[in-house]
Amino acid sequence: MRTVVKEGELLRHPVHTRVLHWGVAIFFIPALLSGFAIYSPWAYRAITPLFGGGAMTRLLHPWFSLGFVLFFALQFLNWLRLMTWTENDRRWLRRIRVYVTNAVDHEPEYVDFFNGGQKLYFWAIVGSAVLFLLSGVPMWFPHTFGRITVDIGYVLHDIAALVMLGGFIVHIYESTAAIRGTFQSMTRGTVERRWARAHHPAWYRRVTGGDPRA
Amino acid sequence: MPAGALQIKAISGHPGSVPGRGVQREEDVCKYIDVTTCIGCKACEVACVEWNDMPFQQTSFDNTYQTMPSTAWNYWNLIKFHEHQRSDGTLMWLMRKDQCMHCEDPGCLRACPADGAIVQYTNGIVDFQQENCIGCQYCVSGCPFDIPKFNSETKKVYKCTLCSDRVGQGLEPACIKACPTGCLRFGTKADMRALADTRVQQLREHSGFANAGVYDPPSVGGTHVIYVLHDATQPELYGGLPARPEIAVTYTLWKRAAKPIGLLLALLAAPVAFFHYITEGPKEPE
Repeated sequence: MRTVVKEGELLRHPVHTRVLHWGVAIFFIPALLSGFAIYSPWAYRAITPLFGGGAMTRLLHPWFSLGFVLFFALQFLNWLRLMTWTENDRRWLRRIRVYVTNAVDHEPEYVDFFNGGQKLYFWAIVGSAVLFLLSGVPMWFPHTFGRITVDIGYVLHDIAALVMLGGFIVHIYESTAAIRGTFQSMTRGTVERRWARAHHPAWYRRVTGGDPRA
Repeated sequence: MPAGALQIKAISGHPGSVPGRGVQREEDVCKYIDVTTCIGCKACEVACVEWNDMPFQQTSFDNTYQTMPSTAWNYWNLIKFHEHQRSDGTLMWLMRKDQCMHCEDPGCLRACPADGAIVQYTNGIVDFQQENCIGCQYCVSGCPFDIPKFNSETKKVYKCTLCSDRVGQGLEPACIKACPTGCLRFGTKADMRALADTRVQQLREHSGFANAGVYDPPSVGGTHVIYVLHDATQPELYGGLPARPEIAVTYTLWKRAAKPIGLLLALLAAPVAFFHYITEGPKEPE
């Protein structure tokens, strides 16, 4: 239960954060897959066999989801302080074009532990997780909650699922192919100093005392 | 239920077209229920339970003549009793045979996400195929008549099959066969509709029921079970028959249009990410 920080590296995510992140992922992925198996007739025949057929898919989906919600609730508490939205995040979002087109490699000097985009994704997941839970429980026990909650919940559940699917694809891309050196922050827990200097200058200054532009 | 020679015209949760659709032309079938000549004998209830070989179950006494408060997963046919006092002080004892209406536009089938769990035959019968049912109960909320019933032990949903197994072999449904008064008839939709119209005419002209009418709600494309009512302006009196049964927009506009468009938009993130990588490349600060 430790993180080895090698020469020229910084500790980015401690052990408990990584465990929570992968706990979320382990439940999220089958929840998403089993959900989309039921979402679309075009996915149904292709995906349901992975879970042992349609009925098993239906049976397991709420349990995967419950696991996801529990792990994510803990991650929410763990990250709440770091994810708090600030004026700097608004500034970041206003220049998102520069970020997306790679016009400037370095992030602006005010970007701290998370940038505005990461925070946006986090809060989108918080919002859709709440929506999922509120709409999913009546769909799990329709007899108790009544048909009107199912009719409405069905639509809300779909909206939450689409937000998560789109966000999830971008999340995977950004953390693997798009930004080199990011993925190891969630596996080994460390990042290279130059990674921190380029992508999270304010955080770099806080933890090293060094000038990110030096 | 295996249904002999019946041809399928719609399949729930099924991508693409229905195989073999339109190969054979079939007459629309219809169950005719004249509530004005029903005597509430419940022979149809017994015939239904016997033909479908379902165990008798405990019931609760609710101070009416009703066998139980509502239909159940193993009780598909129930006479609903209602004592109605008219404005002139006279009493009417209304009894209506409640079962699946076999809608031409079935809300259950629209709502069902499981490929082949609900089918509609060319003759109009809507039938559940339990081996394909995943127990999600969307059909329960899709049905405007509150007909599909969930069995929490088998995790499947059940309802009246309009005796598709009998009809497929050229027989009439069990309830029709058992009816002693002739208030239940079975035949083509056109014939039953004509019979109903004639009976309504009779009720209006000879029996003083000025509001008599046929219940064949167009809001679900018409039904393959039609009622003759003494007062068609107040169908709710007959054990809560909805005046304008409607399928929730959830299973129509949302499911048909918004869902596929939304899914395509969300999945668009993948090619966008891929071509971002190809065109802009990774971020690699020195």
